[in-house]
Amino acid sequence: MSDSHAVAIAGHASEYEEGHGEHPAYQRHHFVSMEQQNETVSFGMWLFLLTEIMFFGGLFTAYLIYRNWYFPAFVAASHTLNLAEGTINTFVLISSSFTMAMGVWCAETRRSKGLIWSLIGTLILGAVFLGIKYDEYHEKYELHHIPGEVFHFNAQGFVHPSAEAIKLGEKPLAPDMAAKTEVYFSLYFAMTGMHALHMIIGMALLSGMLWKASRGGYMNGHIAFVENFGLYWHFVDIVWIFLFPLLYLISRHA
Amino acid sequence: MTEKHTERLVSAEHPAHEQHIVSPVTYLIIFGCLVVGTIATVGASFIEMGPWNPVVALAIACVKATLVVLFFMHIKYSSKLMKLTVGAGVFTFLILVGMSLSDYISRAWGQW
Repeated sequence: MSDSHAVAIAGHASEYEEGHGEHPAYQRHHFVSMEQQNETVSFGMWLFLLTEIMFFGGLFTAYLIYRNWYFPAFVAASHTLNLAEGTINTFVLISSSFTMAMGVWCAETRRSKGLIWSLIGTLILGAVFLGIKYDEYHEKYELHHIPGEVFHFNAQGFVHPSAEAIKLGEKPLAPDMAAKTEVYFSLYFAMTGMHALHMIIGMALLSGMLWKASRGGYMNGHIAFVENFGLYWHFVDIVWIFLFPLLYLISRHA
Repeated sequence: MTEKHTERLVSAEHPAHEQHIVSPVTYLIIFGCLVVGTIATVGASFIEMGPWNPVVALAIACVKATLVVLFFMHIKYSSKLMKLTVGAGVFTFLILVGMSLSDYISRAWGQW
Protein backbone atom coordinates (compact mmCIF):
# COMPACT_ATOMS: atom_id res chain seq x y z
CA MET A 1 0.00 0.00 0.00
CA SER A 2 2.60 2.47 1.07
CA ASP A 3 4.81 1.34 -1.82
CA SER A 4 2.22 1.94 -4.52
CA HIS A 5 1.43 5.29 -2.96
CA ALA A 6 5.08 6.25 -3.18
CA VAL A 7 5.20 5.19 -6.84
CA ALA A 8 2.10 7.20 -7.62
CA ILE A 9 3.61 10.30 -6.08
CA ALA A 10 6.84 9.79 -8.00
CA GLY A 11 4.93 9.31 -11.26
CA HIS A 12 2.90 12.50 -10.95
CA ALA A 13 5.28 14.56 -8.93
CA SER A 14 4.86 17.77 -10.88
CA GLU A 15 1.08 17.53 -11.02
CA TYR A 16 0.77 16.71 -7.35
CA GLU A 17 2.91 19.68 -6.50
CA GLU A 18 0.34 21.94 -8.04
CA GLY A 19 -2.35 19.87 -6.41
CA HIS A 20 -4.70 19.42 -9.36
CA GLY A 21 -3.51 16.53 -11.42
CA GLU A 22 -6.97 15.24 -12.27
CA HIS A 23 -8.93 18.37 -13.05
CA PRO A 24 -8.41 21.88 -14.45
CA ALA A 25 -6.36 24.20 -12.29
CA TYR A 26 -9.34 26.49 -11.78
CA GLN A 27 -11.56 23.75 -10.31
CA ARG A 28 -11.61 23.99 -6.52
CA HIS A 29 -10.86 20.75 -4.75
CA HIS A 30 -14.14 20.58 -2.87
CA PHE A 31 -16.19 20.40 -6.08
CA VAL A 32 -16.83 17.05 -7.77
CA SER A 33 -16.91 18.55 -11.26
CA MET A 34 -16.76 21.84 -13.12
CA GLU A 35 -20.53 21.61 -13.66
CA GLN A 36 -21.04 21.55 -9.91
CA GLN A 37 -18.63 24.46 -9.42
CA ASN A 38 -20.26 26.55 -12.16
CA GLU A 39 -23.70 25.85 -10.74
CA THR A 40 -22.60 26.83 -7.24
CA VAL A 41 -20.95 30.03 -8.43
CA SER A 42 -24.02 31.09 -10.45
CA PHE A 43 -26.27 30.24 -7.51
CA GLY A 44 -24.18 32.45 -5.23
CA MET A 45 -24.25 35.28 -7.77
CA TRP A 46 -28.01 35.04 -8.08
CA LEU A 47 -28.43 35.13 -4.29
CA PHE A 48 -26.42 38.36 -4.30
CA LEU A 49 -28.66 39.73 -7.07
CA LEU A 50 -31.74 38.83 -4.97
CA THR A 51 -30.42 41.02 -2.14
CA GLU A 52 -29.97 43.75 -4.75
CA ILE A 53 -33.56 43.28 -5.93
CA MET A 54 -34.75 43.74 -2.34
CA PHE A 55 -32.51 46.79 -1.94
CA PHE A 56 -33.91 48.55 -5.02
CA GLY A 57 -37.34 47.13 -4.13
CA GLY A 58 -37.34 49.24 -0.97
CA LEU A 59 -36.64 52.37 -3.02
CA PHE A 60 -39.35 51.48 -5.55
CA THR A 61 -41.86 50.92 -2.72
CA ALA A 62 -40.99 54.26 -1.14
CA TYR A 63 -41.42 55.92 -4.52
CA LEU A 64 -44.85 54.33 -5.14
CA ILE A 65 -46.17 55.24 -1.68
CA TYR A 66 -44.94 58.86 -1.79
CA ARG A 67 -46.23 59.22 -5.33
CA ASN A 68 -49.71 58.32 -4.09
CA TRP A 69 -49.30 60.61 -1.13
CA TYR A 70 -48.00 63.75 -2.89
CA PHE A 71 -49.40 62.96 -6.31
CA PRO A 72 -49.60 66.53 -7.77
CA ALA A 73 -46.04 67.31 -6.63
CA PHE A 74 -44.69 64.07 -8.12
CA VAL A 75 -46.48 64.70 -11.42
CA ALA A 76 -45.22 68.28 -11.72
CA ALA A 77 -41.67 67.34 -10.73
CA SER A 78 -41.64 64.41 -13.18
CA HIS A 79 -42.50 66.82 -16.01
CA THR A 80 -39.19 68.64 -15.46
CA LEU A 81 -37.13 65.55 -16.38
CA ASN A 82 -35.47 65.45 -19.78
CA LEU A 83 -37.40 62.77 -21.67
CA ALA A 84 -35.09 62.83 -24.71
CA GLU A 85 -31.98 62.21 -22.62
CA GLY A 86 -33.75 59.53 -20.59
CA THR A 87 -34.82 57.73 -23.78
CA ILE A 88 -31.34 57.94 -25.32
CA ASN A 89 -29.89 56.56 -22.10
CA THR A 90 -32.31 53.62 -22.21
CA PHE A 91 -31.06 52.78 -25.71
CA VAL A 92 -27.45 53.21 -24.58
CA LEU A 93 -27.94 50.85 -21.64
CA ILE A 94 -29.70 48.07 -23.55
CA SER A 95 -26.94 48.34 -26.17
CA SER A 96 -24.33 47.90 -23.44
CA SER A 97 -26.23 44.86 -22.20
CA PHE A 98 -26.09 43.47 -25.74
CA THR A 99 -22.34 44.07 -26.07
CA MET A 100 -21.83 42.42 -22.67
CA ALA A 101 -23.89 39.40 -23.73
CA MET A 102 -21.67 39.20 -26.83
CA GLY A 103 -18.64 39.39 -24.56
CA VAL A 104 -19.85 36.34 -22.63
CA TRP A 105 -20.38 34.51 -25.93
CA CYS A 106 -16.87 35.41 -27.12
CA ALA A 107 -15.41 34.14 -23.83
CA GLU A 108 -17.44 30.91 -24.11
CA THR A 109 -16.24 30.31 -27.65
CA ARG A 110 -12.69 31.52 -26.84
CA ARG A 111 -12.60 34.50 -29.16
CA SER A 112 -9.97 36.75 -27.59
CA LYS A 113 -10.34 39.76 -29.90
CA GLY A 114 -14.11 39.58 -29.79
CA LEU A 115 -14.07 39.56 -26.00
CA ILE A 116 -11.74 42.56 -25.84
CA TRP A 117 -13.86 44.60 -28.28
CA SER A 118 -17.09 43.62 -26.51
CA LEU A 119 -15.68 44.79 -23.19
CA ILE A 120 -14.41 48.04 -24.74
CA GLY A 121 -17.86 48.62 -26.27
CA THR A 122 -19.59 47.94 -22.96
CA LEU A 123 -17.20 50.27 -21.16
CA ILE A 124 -17.73 53.09 -23.67
CA LEU A 125 -21.53 52.73 -23.59
CA GLY A 126 -21.41 52.75 -19.78
CA ALA A 127 -19.39 55.98 -19.90
CA VAL A 128 -21.84 57.52 -22.39
CA PHE A 129 -24.71 56.67 -20.05
CA LEU A 130 -22.99 58.32 -17.10
CA GLY A 131 -22.09 61.34 -19.24
CA ILE A 132 -25.72 61.89 -20.24
CA LYS A 133 -26.76 61.31 -16.63
CA TYR A 134 -24.25 63.98 -15.59
CA ASP A 135 -25.87 66.43 -18.03
CA GLU A 136 -29.28 65.70 -16.51
CA TYR A 137 -27.94 66.17 -12.99
CA HIS A 138 -26.29 69.42 -14.06
CA GLU A 139 -29.62 70.70 -15.40
CA LYS A 140 -31.21 69.85 -12.04
CA TYR A 141 -28.37 71.69 -10.30
CA GLU A 142 -28.94 74.82 -12.35
CA LEU A 143 -32.69 74.74 -11.69
CA HIS A 144 -32.06 74.29 -7.93
CA HIS A 145 -33.93 71.00 -8.02
CA ILE A 146 -31.30 69.08 -6.05
CA PRO A 147 -32.73 68.51 -2.54
CA GLY A 148 -31.11 70.11 0.47
CA GLU A 149 -30.14 73.58 1.62
CA VAL A 150 -26.60 73.16 0.32
CA PHE A 151 -27.97 73.23 -3.22
CA HIS A 152 -30.53 75.96 -2.40
CA PHE A 153 -33.47 73.76 -3.31
CA ASN A 154 -36.18 75.96 -4.75
CA ALA A 155 -39.75 74.87 -5.55
CA GLN A 156 -40.98 78.33 -6.55
CA GLY A 157 -41.08 77.25 -10.19
CA PHE A 158 -43.88 74.84 -9.26
CA VAL A 159 -45.91 77.56 -7.51
CA HIS A 160 -45.46 80.02 -10.38
CA PRO A 161 -44.93 78.02 -13.55
CA SER A 162 -43.58 79.93 -16.55
CA ALA A 163 -46.02 81.08 -19.23
CA GLU A 164 -44.46 78.48 -21.50
CA ALA A 165 -45.16 75.67 -19.00
CA ILE A 166 -48.75 76.81 -18.45
CA LYS A 167 -49.29 76.71 -22.21
CA LEU A 168 -48.20 73.06 -22.09
CA GLY A 169 -50.84 72.35 -19.45
CA GLU A 170 -48.79 72.78 -16.29
CA LYS A 171 -50.96 73.72 -13.30
CA PRO A 172 -49.59 75.90 -10.48
CA LEU A 173 -49.21 74.05 -7.17
CA ALA A 174 -50.07 75.37 -3.68
CA PRO A 175 -46.82 76.28 -1.86
CA ASP A 176 -47.09 73.37 0.64
CA MET A 177 -47.62 70.84 -2.18
CA ALA A 178 -44.86 72.43 -4.28
CA ALA A 179 -42.49 71.93 -1.33
CA LYS A 180 -43.14 68.17 -1.62
CA THR A 181 -41.42 68.10 -5.01
CA GLU A 182 -38.31 67.86 -2.83
CA VAL A 183 -39.47 64.35 -1.86
CA TYR A 184 -39.71 63.43 -5.55
CA PHE A 185 -36.25 64.77 -6.28
CA SER A 186 -34.82 63.05 -3.17
CA LEU A 187 -36.12 59.72 -4.46
CA TYR A 188 -35.06 60.58 -8.02
CA PHE A 189 -31.48 61.20 -6.91
CA ALA A 190 -31.47 58.23 -4.50
CA MET A 191 -32.67 55.82 -7.18
CA THR A 192 -30.74 57.10 -10.20
CA GLY A 193 -27.73 57.79 -7.95
CA MET A 194 -27.65 54.23 -6.60
CA HIS A 195 -28.09 52.99 -10.15
CA ALA A 196 -25.20 55.18 -11.32
CA LEU A 197 -23.06 53.94 -8.41
CA HIS A 198 -23.72 50.37 -9.52
CA MET A 199 -22.60 51.36 -13.01
CA ILE A 200 -19.42 53.01 -11.71
CA ILE A 201 -18.59 49.83 -9.73
CA GLY A 202 -19.41 47.81 -12.84
CA MET A 203 -17.11 49.95 -15.00
CA ALA A 204 -14.27 49.49 -12.50
CA LEU A 205 -14.75 45.70 -12.71
CA LEU A 206 -15.00 45.98 -16.50
CA SER A 207 -11.66 47.79 -16.66
CA GLY A 208 -10.04 45.04 -14.60
CA MET A 209 -11.55 42.40 -16.85
CA LEU A 210 -10.42 44.27 -19.96
CA TRP A 211 -6.88 44.46 -18.60
CA LYS A 212 -6.87 40.72 -17.98
CA ALA A 213 -8.50 39.94 -21.35
CA SER A 214 -5.95 42.09 -23.20
CA ARG A 215 -3.24 39.88 -21.69
CA GLY A 216 -4.89 36.73 -23.02
CA GLY A 217 -7.08 36.02 -20.03
CA TYR A 218 -10.35 34.03 -20.00
CA MET A 219 -9.26 31.88 -22.94
CA ASN A 220 -8.75 28.65 -20.97
CA GLY A 221 -12.45 27.94 -20.44
CA HIS A 222 -12.50 29.47 -16.96
CA ILE A 223 -14.89 32.35 -17.55
CA ALA A 224 -16.92 32.38 -14.32
CA PHE A 225 -15.94 36.01 -13.68
CA VAL A 226 -17.04 37.16 -17.15
CA GLU A 227 -20.35 35.29 -16.85
CA ASN A 228 -21.14 36.59 -13.37
CA PHE A 229 -20.14 40.12 -14.26
CA GLY A 230 -22.55 39.74 -17.20
CA LEU A 231 -25.32 38.81 -14.75
CA TYR A 232 -24.50 41.92 -12.66
CA TRP A 233 -24.46 44.22 -15.68
CA HIS A 234 -27.78 42.88 -17.00
CA PHE A 235 -29.27 43.31 -13.52
CA VAL A 236 -28.25 46.99 -13.54
CA ASP A 237 -29.92 47.23 -16.97
CA ILE A 238 -33.15 45.74 -15.54
CA VAL A 239 -33.17 48.31 -12.72
CA TRP A 240 -33.05 51.07 -15.34
CA ILE A 241 -35.78 49.35 -17.40
CA PHE A 242 -38.08 49.98 -14.39
CA LEU A 243 -36.65 53.33 -13.28
CA PHE A 244 -37.15 54.90 -16.71
CA PRO A 245 -40.96 54.47 -16.97
CA LEU A 246 -41.53 55.12 -13.25
CA LEU A 247 -39.57 58.38 -13.13
CA TYR A 248 -39.96 59.75 -16.67
CA LEU A 249 -43.08 58.30 -18.30
CA ILE A 250 -46.02 57.39 -16.07
CA SER A 251 -46.82 60.96 -14.97
CA ARG A 252 -46.79 62.59 -18.39
CA HIS A 253 -50.58 62.82 -18.70
CA ALA A 254 -51.50 62.90 -15.02
CA MET B 1 -10.62 3.77 -9.09
CA THR B 2 -9.57 3.75 -12.74
CA GLU B 3 -13.12 4.39 -13.86
CA LYS B 4 -13.36 7.41 -11.65
CA HIS B 5 -10.02 8.60 -12.90
CA THR B 6 -10.98 8.50 -16.59
CA GLU B 7 -14.33 10.10 -15.87
CA ARG B 8 -12.58 13.05 -14.29
CA LEU B 9 -10.13 13.30 -17.16
CA VAL B 10 -12.98 13.53 -19.63
CA SER B 11 -14.66 16.28 -17.67
CA ALA B 12 -11.34 18.08 -17.43
CA GLU B 13 -10.98 18.10 -21.20
CA HIS B 14 -14.48 19.44 -21.68
CA PRO B 15 -14.95 21.73 -18.74
CA ALA B 16 -18.06 23.35 -20.15
CA HIS B 17 -19.67 20.47 -22.00
CA GLU B 18 -22.92 20.72 -20.05
CA GLN B 19 -23.26 24.45 -20.53
CA HIS B 20 -25.59 25.79 -23.18
CA ILE B 21 -24.02 28.53 -25.26
CA VAL B 22 -26.56 31.11 -26.39
CA SER B 23 -25.88 32.19 -29.97
CA PRO B 24 -25.29 35.79 -31.09
CA VAL B 25 -28.39 35.53 -33.29
CA THR B 26 -30.53 35.03 -30.17
CA TYR B 27 -28.80 37.98 -28.48
CA LEU B 28 -29.44 40.13 -31.55
CA ILE B 29 -33.14 39.20 -31.67
CA ILE B 30 -33.54 39.97 -27.95
CA PHE B 31 -31.70 43.27 -28.42
CA GLY B 32 -34.13 44.09 -31.25
CA CYS B 33 -37.08 43.26 -28.98
CA LEU B 34 -35.68 45.55 -26.26
CA VAL B 35 -35.31 48.41 -28.76
CA VAL B 36 -38.90 47.88 -29.96
CA GLY B 37 -40.07 47.73 -26.33
CA THR B 38 -38.33 51.02 -25.53
CA ILE B 39 -39.88 52.73 -28.57
CA ALA B 40 -43.28 51.27 -27.59
CA THR B 41 -43.09 52.48 -24.00
CA VAL B 42 -42.04 56.02 -24.99
CA GLY B 43 -44.69 56.05 -27.72
CA ALA B 44 -47.37 54.87 -25.29
CA SER B 45 -46.48 57.69 -22.91
CA PHE B 46 -47.58 60.20 -25.57
CA ILE B 47 -51.05 58.64 -25.73
CA GLU B 48 -53.57 59.77 -23.13
CA MET B 49 -54.85 56.57 -21.46
CA GLY B 50 -55.78 57.89 -18.04
CA PRO B 51 -55.07 55.30 -15.34
CA TRP B 52 -53.80 52.85 -17.98
CA ASN B 53 -50.63 54.82 -18.75
CA PRO B 54 -48.71 53.46 -15.73
CA VAL B 55 -50.16 49.98 -16.28
CA VAL B 56 -49.01 49.84 -19.90
CA ALA B 57 -45.58 51.32 -19.06
CA LEU B 58 -44.98 48.78 -16.28
CA ALA B 59 -46.30 45.88 -18.39
CA ILE B 60 -43.81 46.72 -21.16
CA ALA B 61 -41.04 47.06 -18.54
CA CYS B 62 -41.92 43.60 -17.15
CA VAL B 63 -41.77 42.06 -20.64
CA LYS B 64 -38.38 43.69 -21.29
CA ALA B 65 -37.02 42.56 -17.91
CA THR B 66 -38.27 39.02 -18.51
CA LEU B 67 -36.49 38.90 -21.88
CA VAL B 68 -33.25 40.08 -20.27
CA VAL B 69 -33.50 37.49 -17.47
CA LEU B 70 -34.42 34.60 -19.76
CA PHE B 71 -31.92 35.18 -22.57
CA PHE B 72 -29.18 37.66 -21.61
CA MET B 73 -28.96 36.08 -18.15
CA HIS B 74 -29.39 32.55 -19.56
CA ILE B 75 -32.17 31.54 -17.15
CA LYS B 76 -34.13 29.87 -19.96
CA TYR B 77 -31.22 27.44 -20.38
CA SER B 78 -30.38 27.09 -16.67
CA SER B 79 -31.12 24.37 -14.14
CA LYS B 80 -34.30 24.20 -12.11
CA LEU B 81 -32.38 25.41 -9.05
CA MET B 82 -31.53 28.65 -10.85
CA LYS B 83 -35.08 29.10 -12.16
CA LEU B 84 -36.45 28.57 -8.65
CA THR B 85 -33.94 31.07 -7.25
CA VAL B 86 -35.07 33.77 -9.68
CA GLY B 87 -38.72 32.91 -9.00
CA ALA B 88 -38.11 33.19 -5.26
CA GLY B 89 -36.57 36.63 -5.81
CA VAL B 90 -39.54 37.89 -7.81
CA PHE B 91 -41.95 36.42 -5.26
CA THR B 92 -40.19 38.07 -2.30
CA PHE B 93 -40.04 41.36 -4.19
CA LEU B 94 -43.80 41.21 -4.85
CA ILE B 95 -44.41 40.55 -1.13
CA LEU B 96 -42.30 43.58 -0.26
CA VAL B 97 -44.13 45.90 -2.66
CA GLY B 98 -47.59 44.31 -2.46
CA MET B 99 -47.87 44.07 1.30
CA SER B 100 -46.36 47.51 1.91
CA LEU B 101 -48.81 49.09 -0.54
CA SER B 102 -51.81 47.15 0.81
CA ASP B 103 -50.89 48.30 4.33
CA TYR B 104 -50.63 51.89 3.13
CA ILE B 105 -53.94 51.71 1.24
CA SER B 106 -55.88 50.09 4.11
CA ARG B 107 -54.57 52.17 7.03
CA ALA B 108 -57.18 54.90 6.66
CA TRP B 109 -59.88 52.53 5.37
CA GLY B 110 -63.25 54.28 5.49
CA GLN B 111 -61.87 57.46 7.01
CA TRP B 112 -62.00 59.58 3.91
